[in-house]
Amino acid sequence: MKVTVRRVAVLCLLLILGIGVVDTSAEEFLMQSMQTSQQDEFVPIDELEAEDQLPAAPLLVAAYSFAWLAMFVYLWSIWRRLARVERELTQLASRTTDR
Amino acid sequence: MFSPLIVLTTIVFVCAPVFIAWAPYESTMGLVQKIFYFHLPSWAAMFMAAFVCGIASAVFLFKGRIMADRIAVASAELAVVFGLIGLVSGPLWARKAWGVWWQWDARLTMALVLWMIFVSYLLLRKYGGPGSEKLAAGVALFGMANVPFVYWSVNVWRTVHPTTNVVPTLVAGMSGPLWWSLVGFLLLYALAMMARVRLEEQRAELERVYRELDD
Repeated sequence: MKVTVRRVAVLCLLLILGIGVVDTSAEEFLMQSMQTSQQDEFVPIDELEAEDQLPAAPLLVAAYSFAWLAMFVYLWSIWRRLARVERELTQLASRTTDR
Repeated sequence: MFSPLIVLTTIVFVCAPVFIAWAPYESTMGLVQKIFYFHLPSWAAMFMAAFVCGIASAVFLFKGRIMADRIAVASAELAVVFGLIGLVSGPLWARKAWGVWWQWDARLTMALVLWMIFVSYLLLRKYGGPGSEKLAAGVALFGMANVPFVYWSVNVWRTVHPTTNVVPTLVAGMSGPLWWSLVGFLLLYALAMMARVRLEEQRAELERVYRELDD
């Protein structure tokens, strides 16, 4: 009877230890697979396919070109409008002098 | 007065690309971050123009000074020009840094609304008919009041845009070209402002001469 009880106790102990080991290794396996899948999702930009990489230089050139162009066009428009008004003023002044 | 300012502004803008090229690369964004050296100063000049337009409009509304109205209309036009530079350069930077051209978040949307307020000011002046200058002056006051909200929006609401503490924490190699560009944009603002106010004065003079001829 005592032997049977001892055997059952050892069996239970082994069972508990076994479940623990299986559980731990399952958790580790799950963590490892998650990490692998997360790492698989991230691809450094320089390792991307050439068509997927977005070059910075054209964006930079476009931004600066637009800024310079907008400033030049605006200053030119002021100069043109001012020249037109001053020309008209000069014409009017000469007309009034002729009178 | 014009010539020294033209020379100074030209020198600053000719040197600016050299200093920007010398500036160190930002670690995460790389080359595209250099758009920042024109993007931020263009918005700073836009805010300056919005404030000048708002204050001049208030003076025109409450004191009736014609010169203040001329300053307001000149400044509103400059607010639109500098705002346009900011609105175009921002998405070009964002496309690389954020992966999208535009995000309808608080900062970007408010900045667009601010720009549209000054566009509406100019449209009102052009097509509003007699008395529209006073209505436009009221619009300019709202535009000016919107500026602090746009500035602080990055600190208050969740947005993809960097917060206002980026500039104080810049390294010397980056802050130098930034301040240089900022001075350049403010000089350009002053130069364009003087020329634009002169245009308004000449237009008023032309109108006066025509009236005299009619009489």
